[in-house]
Formats: sequence, structure tokens, C-alpha cells
Amino acid sequence: MLLTGAEIIAEVLIEQGVDTVFGYPGGSVLNIYDALYLYKDKINHYMSAHEQGACHAADGYARLTGKTGVVISTSGPGATNLVTGIATAYMDSVPLVAITGNVPTSLIGKDSFQEVYIAGITMPITKHNFTVRSVEDLADTLRSAFKIANSGRPGPVLVDVPKDITSNKAEFSKKPVTPEPVEQKSFKNLEKVASLINSAKFPVVYLGGGVRISSAEQELFEFLKKADIPATYTIMAAGVLGYGDELNMGLIGMHGSKTANLAVDNADLVLAIGTRFSDRVALNPQKFARRARIVHIDIDPSEIGKNVPADVSIIGDVKKVLTELLPMVKKAKHADWLSQINEWRKKDYCPTDDDSVLKPHQVMAAICDAAGEDAVFITDVGQHQMWAAQYIRHIKTRSFLTSGGLGTMGYGYGAALGAAVADKENRPIIHITGDGSFHMNMNEACTAVSYNLPVITVIMNNSVLGMVRQWQKSFYGKRFSSSEPERKTNYKAVAEGFGLTGFRCENLAEFKEAMDKALKLGGPVWIECVIDREEAVLPMIPAGGSVDDIIIN
Amino acid sequence: MEKHYLSVLVENNEGVLARISSLFCQRGFNIDSLTVSATDNPEISRITIVTTGDEASFRQIRKQTEKLVETKTLFPLNLRTSLLRELLLIKLRSNTEIKNKIEKLAEKNGAVVIDVSVGCVVLELTGEPEKIDKFLSKLKDFEIIEMCRTGVTAMERGEATYSLSV
Repeated sequence: MLLTGAEIIAEVLIEQGVDTVFGYPGGSVLNIYDALYLYKDKINHYMSAHEQGACHAADGYARLTGKTGVVISTSGPGATNLVTGIATAYMDSVPLVAITGNVPTSLIGKDSFQEVYIAGITMPITKHNFTVRSVEDLADTLRSAFKIANSGRPGPVLVDVPKDITSNKAEFSKKPVTPEPVEQKSFKNLEKVASLINSAKFPVVYLGGGVRISSAEQELFEFLKKADIPATYTIMAAGVLGYGDELNMGLIGMHGSKTANLAVDNADLVLAIGTRFSDRVALNPQKFARRARIVHIDIDPSEIGKNVPADVSIIGDVKKVLTELLPMVKKAKHADWLSQINEWRKKDYCPTDDDSVLKPHQVMAAICDAAGEDAVFITDVGQHQMWAAQYIRHIKTRSFLTSGGLGTMGYGYGAALGAAVADKENRPIIHITGDGSFHMNMNEACTAVSYNLPVITVIMNNSVLGMVRQWQKSFYGKRFSSSEPERKTNYKAVAEGFGLTGFRCENLAEFKEAMDKALKLGGPVWIECVIDREEAVLPMIPAGGSVDDIIIN
Repeated sequence: MEKHYLSVLVENNEGVLARISSLFCQRGFNIDSLTVSATDNPEISRITIVTTGDEASFRQIRKQTEKLVETKTLFPLNLRTSLLRELLLIKLRSNTEIKNKIEKLAEKNGAVVIDVSVGCVVLELTGEPEKIDKFLSKLKDFEIIEMCRTGVTAMERGEATYSLSV
């Protein structure tokens, strides 16, 4: 059938199984939005307050569902507003297709109104990007974009479509999405790795987001149980290991548990699975796991040896690798090693309760109590993010959405909206933010109201940029440069101004009450928690340090 | 720090050069020279990159380049089994007296005089980079007006292992 480019875009989206897109209209995408109007019974479009919010929403949607998120923006500022969102998705390997309009082909390169070379701008922050030069190429280009975004190590792909391409017509015929033929090849080094595991006395598994992306949770549990290996995780894998499991040592790295960091430091074998030894984990690459042989399992060959050299590596999808490895691993008991870890656990950092004020760890615990095991948690970036990572009782995989790699303040609200849109099971959607991060994208409140999305935003308000200030306190002689903005924002009033409900709490009882009310309301709510500005994220290993340098108080 | 030679066969798309040079820049890898050459397959270009760095960083940039969607294949060039060529154009100040000297030197080193204008001559030399270096070192007594080197283009000896011919 003969269709316009805009209609072809809609048809390919449907063909790729997309029923939800996020975006913001504008001059160069008027044709696309006209098609979305025609296709509105098949494709739900959610309009944000700002393109960045839409991009984070598509990202949150993708992280929760595992499907590819789609965001649409106009040319120029619309496209540049996506940049932070695309970079966020790139750093955390989130499958995303960004469709940007551009000025008509005849005006490209002439500094036309709202023209920007977005393909050039996004080159280093996308897996790949395309500029469509003719309407005949449009459908296959979009199909390639989806394929690239969701294959191998996932990531964002941008497709730039000049306006005339969206109005030109071309023959379109549907192509069914065929799954990639699975290559049944065995992985290299499986036997070597199995023998290292079978002979290790003090083994540790250090896992990252790749386990979740590959949906390898079950294979991982079986592996850990069978080989009796304690595990620690990066923030990208929060929720993969169940809270309270004997083998779960908690978060690793800069704000990880002392137990986990000590275990890696004393291990004779570290198995890094679906992870990339970032500088927030292997703070000092020379000293990281210094007594251990390192086995690195990852789908991306360029991660092997990038930050920390591996003794043995297996390149492949984590789920498939673990499936093949499992029968080769002997059933084991590491009783002495686990009892040593338990000793460290008993002496690990433990914050003190105080119900008369709001202590971060108690707020997190109260959130978990109220929201229950089904909740989805979304954070912004800073102290609150680390408190959430440390103290949320992570139960479910794909239920802790956070900007781990890029560390994007302002990520949370958009991502939470995307998660709320994606959720079909009525799960509580809890957005945990700080006053600094929240000021970056709180405008998305209007989106939450427009679509009545049940996002509960908990604002950890210490009136300062807590993480910046904590570093200034520890490492910059308490020179609080631009970290104490003395804002007078009345969150309750602002919430009401946007048309949602706001609460303000100063102690634990007030917070619990507000949480209960918020969950009952079912609509968008803000809860401001007043916390002390001196609250710090502990433990902390300073940048470039090792567990020897850990700060506990 | 060692010099490394990398041959990359890429899809001949707009932007592919920008993508590769942006990748090197982003990851802090130095490009000594980079040439893009047409091949017998109009859809494929061969990019030859000379880069300086230690073995680990060379391994890393190879893997990063390999990850690019438009990279068809890539391989490091072994100097013993590869043919490396570079083209030099150099314009020297000249007069009737010097001209003879220049011509002699050119002939001795395999260079060709390709232009004689008032006050200057232009020489062309093709060869391995070392040959060009050597030739340049012999020009100390002359005044160089302009000079340009193309950078290395290369292929392996014998049967092509990596050919993407039509």
C-alpha cells in the first residue's frame, strides 16, 4: 500500500510490537503527530512537559518491561533536549529508539530554523544512528534501529527523519519480526572457569546489570546455591538477589557494604558477571580483587580487560553462559568462608534509629513497609539514590530504576512516569528523589496529572545538594561552594499548584501516615521529608581508594 | 609506546569517517594518520589507521571500533606481511643552480619532479613511511615551501583473508 512516511513510521512501530510512545510535538514532526492521531487506537502517545522527561520516560518504560522504549521529538531544541536522556540510556545499556524530526531535506545544512545536526551530536552516545534520506529507506531503517537497539548489549539508536520524508509517499508492506537465528556454539573457556570455581576456597560473585538484561536471575540463583558462592552487586543489579538471602552481601563499591568490599578484597576468585568494573566499583583498578583470579563474563568483548584485566573471560549472553556452566560446577559448601563473611556482616556499618526526626534509612524502610513487595522504585541521583540502593529491601528484579552510569539528576520523575505507564499490575510506583534532583525536572508533575499516573514522589529534602556537600565536608575543608542554595520551595503548595496532592513530614509517624494516604489516593502525590543536612551516605570509599580507606563514620 | 597499524573495512556510508574519528577522540586514542580508500566494492571503504599507544589500549580501541555497526571487519596489520604505502608531495624553493641538485637527489631516492615553476619545484615520492622520513631528512639544505603526506594505505601480501569484494 502507498503510505506517507509518517504513516510508515506508525506502521513499523506497530509491526515492532510498540503500543506506547513518549514525546513532544513540534514543527518538524507535525506529519508524524498527524499520523499518531490517525493511529491513536493502536499507539498510545504520552506527551511530557519537556523532551528530556519523555526520553527518561521511554527509558523507564524499557527498563521495567525489557521492551524497546520509543521517544519522538521535533528538530533542533526538541532533539537536543533528548541528549541527556539518550546518554543516560547509553551508559546503562537500555534499548531505546529515538525518532527526531528534522527540517526538510532541501533546508538541511543551511542553518534553517530549528535545524541541528543531531546525528553528529549523538554519535558518541548511541549504539548507532541514522539519517533517512529517502522515504523508500524509511521502513527498513526503522527496522534496523529496533534490531540494533535490542540485540547484543542493548542501547539507544536515533533515527533522524527530515520533514519531507514524513510527507512523501512510498509503497509499504509489512514484514514480520523474525527472531535472530540462535547460534548454537559453545563458549570458550567454560572448562577453565569451571575448574577455577571448583577449586576456589574464597569465591565471590560480583554481578551487574547484564544479569537482569539477559533475564538470567534464575540461572544465577541456581549457580550461587549449587556452588555456594556469596555475591555482591552493582547498583544496576539491585533487586536481582533477594533481600536477606544468606549469599547476598549487598552493594559493592564506593557506597557498598564493608562486607562486600572486604569479601572481594580477600577472595581468591572473583567472578564478574554482566558488569564492567566501573570506577565506582573498582575504585582502584590495581587493588581491586588483588588476591583473586578474575573471571569476567560479559556479552560485550570490549569490556574484557577495559578497566581491570581478567585472567579468564567468557564472551556471551549471561543466561546462556550460566546455563552451560551450571552442570560443570560441582556442588560445594564454603562454610568457613561464609562464616567469615557473617563475622564481617556483624561488624558492618549500621545507622542508628531516631523516630523523632526522619532518618534516611528509616524512611526507606517505611517506604518498603507501606509499598510492599510489588513496588517499583525509581530514583534520581545523589545521596537519596545511595540510601535507596542500600536500604530498600530489594525483592524483585527490574524494579529499581536508576541512572547508574551517567548519574543523571532529573532522571527519576520521567522514568517513574514511564514505569507507571508500563505497569499493568497496579504496582505501587515510588519515585525517590532529593530536593536537588527534583528541582531539575519537577515540571513533569503536569504530565503525571494529565494522565493521572499514580507516581508517589518522596522528596528527601535536606535543603542542600547533599552529595556535593558531603564531598566538600570530607575532602574540601567544609567549603560549601554552591551546595547550600537556601531555596524556599513550598513543595505542598507547588504540588497543589500542579493539581496533585502534597504532604510534608518531619518525623517518622507523619511519614508513615502520608505514605498510607498516598497509596490510598492512587493519583500522583508528593511527600516532602525534611531531613538533616548533615546526614551522610556511609560507608564510603573515596574515589581511587580501596577497602583499606573505607570511611564508616 | 608503539606504532600500530589497523585496517578497517567499513560500509561506505556518510558519517562513517566521523563516527570512527569521533570514537578515537572520545576514548583518548591518538591518530597518527588515517586514510579512507575506495575498494573494488563500491559499498565498502577501507580505512587505514596508524595509532600510537601501548598494547592494551590498542586492543581496546580495536574492540571499540569492531563494535561499530558499520564496521564489517578489522584487523591489525603485521608489518612483515603487509604492504604499506604513503604519498609525499613537497614543494622546494629552487633556482637554476639548486634545481640540478634537487633533481639528482630526487632521482637517487626514487622521487619524481612533477612540477617546475618560477622559484620552486614539486616532488612526488611514494613508499613506506620510513622511506619518506629518510628522504625528508636529506632535504635539510633546502627550503621547504609546502609539504603534505597522505598517510598510510595498506594491504596484506598474498591471498586476501579479509576481502569483501563484490
